[in-house]
Amino acid sequence: MTDLSLSNQTMAGKAAPPAEARSLRLPTQWLGVAPFFIFAIMFLILPTLYLMLGAFQNDAGEFTLENIVALAQPSIVAAYWISIKVSLASALIGAFAGLAIAIAIVRGGLPNWIRSATLTFSGVASNFAGVPLAFAFLATLGRLGLATVILNTVFGLNIYAHGFNILSFWGLTLTYVYFQIPLMVVIITPAIDGLKKEWGEAAATLGATTAQYWRMVVIPVIWPSFLGTVILLFANAFGAIATAYALTGSSLNIVPILLYAQIRGDVLHNAHLGYAIAFGMIVITGLANVFYIWFRTRSERWLK
Amino acid sequence: MAEPFLSIQHVRKSFGATTVVQDFNLDVEPGEFVSFLGPSGCGKTTVLRMVAGFEEPSAGKIVVAGKDITRLKPNQRNVGMVFQAYALFPNLTVAQNIAFGLKVAGMPKADADRRVAEMLDIIKLPQMGDRYPYQLSGGQQQRIALARAIAPKPKLLLLDEPLSALDAKVRVSLREEIRSIQKKLGITTIFVTHDQEEALSISDRIAVMYGGKAEQVGTPFEIYNRPATKFVANFVGTLNVLEGTVTDAASGTVRVNSQEVALKGKLNGSKSGDTLSLALRPEAISLGRQPGRDSSLSGEIAEVHFLGSVIRVRVGIGGSTVSLDTFNSPATPPPAVGEKAEISFSSGDMLVLH
Amino acid sequence: MKGGRFWAWVVFILGAAYFFIPLIATVEFSMRMRRGVYSFDAYQIVLGDERFQATFMYSVIAAIFTIVLGVLIVVPAAYWIRLRLPQLRPVVEFITLLPLVIPAIVIVFGYIRMYGSNSPLPFLASDVGTNALLVIGYATLALPYMYRAVDTGLRTIDVRTLTEAAQILGAGWGTIITRVILPNVLIAVLSGAFLTFAIVIGEFTMASLLNRPAFGPYLQNIGANRAYEPAALAIIAFVITWGCMSLIQILSRFAPRSANRPN
Repeated sequence: MTDLSLSNQTMAGKAAPPAEARSLRLPTQWLGVAPFFIFAIMFLILPTLYLMLGAFQNDAGEFTLENIVALAQPSIVAAYWISIKVSLASALIGAFAGLAIAIAIVRGGLPNWIRSATLTFSGVASNFAGVPLAFAFLATLGRLGLATVILNTVFGLNIYAHGFNILSFWGLTLTYVYFQIPLMVVIITPAIDGLKKEWGEAAATLGATTAQYWRMVVIPVIWPSFLGTVILLFANAFGAIATAYALTGSSLNIVPILLYAQIRGDVLHNAHLGYAIAFGMIVITGLANVFYIWFRTRSERWLK
Repeated sequence: MAEPFLSIQHVRKSFGATTVVQDFNLDVEPGEFVSFLGPSGCGKTTVLRMVAGFEEPSAGKIVVAGKDITRLKPNQRNVGMVFQAYALFPNLTVAQNIAFGLKVAGMPKADADRRVAEMLDIIKLPQMGDRYPYQLSGGQQQRIALARAIAPKPKLLLLDEPLSALDAKVRVSLREEIRSIQKKLGITTIFVTHDQEEALSISDRIAVMYGGKAEQVGTPFEIYNRPATKFVANFVGTLNVLEGTVTDAASGTVRVNSQEVALKGKLNGSKSGDTLSLALRPEAISLGRQPGRDSSLSGEIAEVHFLGSVIRVRVGIGGSTVSLDTFNSPATPPPAVGEKAEISFSSGDMLVLH
Repeated sequence: MKGGRFWAWVVFILGAAYFFIPLIATVEFSMRMRRGVYSFDAYQIVLGDERFQATFMYSVIAAIFTIVLGVLIVVPAAYWIRLRLPQLRPVVEFITLLPLVIPAIVIVFGYIRMYGSNSPLPFLASDVGTNALLVIGYATLALPYMYRAVDTGLRTIDVRTLTEAAQILGAGWGTIITRVILPNVLIAVLSGAFLTFAIVIGEFTMASLLNRPAFGPYLQNIGANRAYEPAALAIIAFVITWGCMSLIQILSRFAPRSANRPN
């Protein structure tokens, strides 16, 4: 790595026009990237560090682990737990459904327009999140929603009598899936495209059945991208608040909603505990992304 | 004649309204190396893919060792195939790639390991077993692909433009290696290429294809020296084409640019007054009169290209130009542009293209 | 292969059902306001609502400022890194990915604590400052998308060669940026801009926590208090997102293709 950046630096130096004075080069070099770095430090890195440090301080500004320990109280643990469950469930469902759709549109022999239409729609739906998505699902699966009513009147199935509630774990998960599936489709389709037709043909001439080809080649090749994307979807759901808040108000106690209430009104009566909750969120999404990048690098190496 | 090992009989293939292969026939002897040579879109790859089982013929049948395999699935045919883009499995090491066919056939691991080691020796990459394909050069990957294809001892080896993605140097050395491995194993092989030099240098026989048909099937020597059709003559090798008019069909005299040339016994069926295309290979022409060459034409030196050991001279004869090669000799300087020159050749080397 | 196609259709139709039923249901619900007949009453009420107009305009203006700020930060940096400082690429790419790692609610929480009225940089002491902070927050949210769009645009046109060619022809920096680089990355910048617009227009968390009269909090408020209007609003929001994505698709057809790329 060091070697590479060094040679790049010398190359960049050589490429510079001779008219540029040597003494002036360093400052002008940095001028173009300065706004970016100043912005990133002031509005992305410092505020985050501020919270992370705050998580390890008490009101007097002394170092303490009290706030982290205080995260162990049942209400906060429950919030983390349900957040993780919703994120994981929506990520897994979204990932498997999205993978199936991606395979269907790339390898399923469907007409070409279906592929482009699906990809376009996925671009839209993966960005259709937040408050309006909650409204759409209330109109569909709320007590008076179209799907609820039709299931009840036409099929005689009263889902609310069977314990379903849009304001519950499964309701929220089903709603999140609406942006998770399209996100999966958008990210995994290039990986499916990367499966070369010749691999299948090579396997066939070597005597492999379709099932053997899938088990020995396709699944191992897609696996890292798939797992990486599951993690990305997990992080995506874990930090989301608007959909959940609009859907359930504060009746479903997920971490972002807890933090939201804490910021608005210090419901935990301890400002530094708020920092600790934020810290916990960063740790979880950060870990998830470290895994994501790791898996991504592995799959890109293969699919070069 | 011995029973052919592979027999392709009256095979046709249409995709919708377009016919890409029409009435293709070919018999291949056991252990023979046959190339399909032709420009892109001539149907050569389609024939290969029908032999492999990836395309089903619209008509006709394919027989291997006396058994009709036309309707068999690719994985039941026991053929080995090498692709242009290597198509190594990226998630498997070199050794696992080579062992793939052995593993799906259920060979015990110890036997498979031995066979893999043997294969790695044959392709001269004995230390590479633990590498992944992305760590190898194109030439190495293609050798692994070859090893993978022949490891399960297939009845037929199919090579689909295996050298096209490689550098010129690697291309030459690898084609020699492919040929020597093929000879050593005695495996019946079909090799698809658009590169005539490749086909000429390694094949037992070549099928030159054009427009979905085999224009000519023959040994490289036959194809090059006695092309059956105009297409074959033009596609294989460099050719000088001169227009001539038959002046006396009985004695075989043709006039080229108001000079007479006698072509004994070559004008079968032509009448006096007919216009013919006459073709000569550059190496069949010499500058100046030479003993043993019975015909000559005079013209003017148009271009001289010094290529090192060889000098390529282009001589203008009326409206056309003729290329010929002479060897460089330090004692005599090359001819100068504009000089009068005479070229000579044997009338027997002249090809009459119909 | 026949069986494969059958299952592909099954998967596709199930997926289409999951995605279209909520849309159909929402349209249906939004038209149920008048008893017994379908009507566009809900849309009329929503569109006629002064607060809708005010908050929507507020968010549109915030989005425009966000796009301008994002372009000003991202374009020079991405260009400079392509041209002169390739060794900084991994650092910058890492930073642009951070907003995907750090949830928006955490970022805005940090702002509230760092830039409060009593801090050295009291953004939150004034309305203008708070508005600016909202735009800044949105710009961080949009950073990953904006950077990726612009960087892809720069990669396809091979800025380095273009810049050097322009320099050899005697062009100054002003000419290079305005006549050579910007026209060529305009499509990429616009794609980033529309994506930013789609993300920002209904954003709830930051606007709500900064107490801004934006469209997101308005939506939430209507949702908590009304029955049919939210469905109408959801459809309006979907149409806006669809519009932004369609514009990106259309723009991509005009994007310059590099002569160096085989495909």
